Amino acid sequence: MGELILANETTGEEMVLNMGPQHPSTHGVIRFVIKTDGEIMREAVPDVGYLHRAIEHIAEKCTYEGFMPYTDRVDYVCAMPANHAWALAVEKLAGLEVPERAEYLRVITDELNRISSHCVALGAMAMDIGAITPFTYILREREYVNELLEMICGARLTYNYHRIGGVGWDMPAGWRDKVLAWCDHFAPVMDEFDRLITNNALFVARLANLAVIGAAEAIDFGLVGPNLRASGVDFDVRRDVPYSIYPKLRFEVPVGRGIVGTVGDAWDRYWVRAQEWRQSVAMVRQCLEQIDATEPEFWRAPKKLKPVGDAMARVEAARGDMSCYVVGDGGANAYRARFRTGSFNAMAIIREKSRGLMVADLVALIASLDVVAPEIDR
Amino acid sequence: MTAAADEVVRVRADEWRATAERLRAEGFDFLQNLTAVDWIKDERIELVYHLWSYARRAGCVVKIDVPRAQPEAPSVASVWRAADWYEREQFDLLGVVFAGHPDLRRILMPDDWPGHPMRKDYVEATSYRGMPTTRANTLELLPIWDKSRGETKPDGAK
Repeated sequence: MGELILANETTGEEMVLNMGPQHPSTHGVIRFVIKTDGEIMREAVPDVGYLHRAIEHIAEKCTYEGFMPYTDRVDYVCAMPANHAWALAVEKLAGLEVPERAEYLRVITDELNRISSHCVALGAMAMDIGAITPFTYILREREYVNELLEMICGARLTYNYHRIGGVGWDMPAGWRDKVLAWCDHFAPVMDEFDRLITNNALFVARLANLAVIGAAEAIDFGLVGPNLRASGVDFDVRRDVPYSIYPKLRFEVPVGRGIVGTVGDAWDRYWVRAQEWRQSVAMVRQCLEQIDATEPEFWRAPKKLKPVGDAMARVEAARGDMSCYVVGDGGANAYRARFRTGSFNAMAIIREKSRGLMVADLVALIASLDVVAPEIDR
Repeated sequence: MTAAADEVVRVRADEWRATAERLRAEGFDFLQNLTAVDWIKDERIELVYHLWSYARRAGCVVKIDVPRAQPEAPSVASVWRAADWYEREQFDLLGVVFAGHPDLRRILMPDDWPGHPMRKDYVEATSYRGMPTTRANTLELLPIWDKSRGETKPDGAK
């Protein structure tokens, strides 16, 4: 079948197709203008901005503390690390100390959120390839994580949990046991998921050697997080630019190995995320073991927050290095705030990587880069 | 617990292109971030480039001042390809022109949007393509709404 389609390649006729902005498999409101010759794409030009909510501009209009709920909206699939990035940047700017217990709670919630975010990423990726079942399986697991996060902060998606100087609430009674019970439950689910889809012959055949991104190219385009590691670059902000209590945790950084194809192919980007699940579960367990030794204080709210200067905080979100750069001029509001996000860079590489792909594989490419529309546009 | 602060280098706009190439050759292979800050009182726009070297595991911050009336800096999209979209974004939101950029179009705002919204003196037009950009508080449409109450206040505020 592939040969038949490829035989039509040299018609020489170019057709321009519009995909999106309302399209079920573009992971949000994203538009592509696709130039194709038969089934082969000349290129897919991304058109972004449909979800631009001027979040950086809002940051200039409200106080440092008041901006926290807006950071949830930077990436609503993985909001906790955005909370963390903002808190970290402002704390660095103002020279604030954070209670150790808060650091643990931040990391536990970050990692739980990373797990739920990867659930969406991997489930949706399988669905985009045509496998519906894994999505329903893994969304059930995400539901449990949402319940756990709801117990600690009252929200299921936009948490507003981290605070400048700590976190909003301590863990509720019995929460730790529920999280540990879920960790025990999730361990076999990951193996089940591997049997269900990761090593599925059709899935591998679709994704192996597809849209290979080399290490140098990934760095040049500014890819971060799992997309960068899938290309063989051994870098994780949590380990290499340590923040919070990550230095106290033992974890590995999964790097793409090209097990079924080439290093940096779409399957590697899938596989790295699936491995990160395991690391995140291990980190949550370690945090819950260590948190008992901390003092009960969880929030040292700053009395007067009018910092001057600039600060940059890097956080490893589910979509990689989410950095927050904040400039203060002595007022109660930030003078300028900037979020750099993984999806923005991932989106920029699609035009380059789409050349020569089949139209159907564009969806696989988008899914493998795990772009989330609000994170591109902010 | 955070890593040590990165080194900050101030560069003149006309030297930036050559400096960028040198920094890239020295191993700063990742253009992590680009921010433009509008210092309206000083009549300047500050461009802040955050660079990172994966080999050295170290960062470097480059700051460039450009005049606010005519903000122009050389594009480094051919040095780091990540700069392509970053520069488009800062052009879109703050109106900084990056000379030599291959495709300097707006990226987040519509192509025909007037003005650059992240400028400190930006005033939004009252309508865009015939659509109003502001709307009345829906409470004011209620027949029982007492106009003398003035602005709505947050819960609990007296």
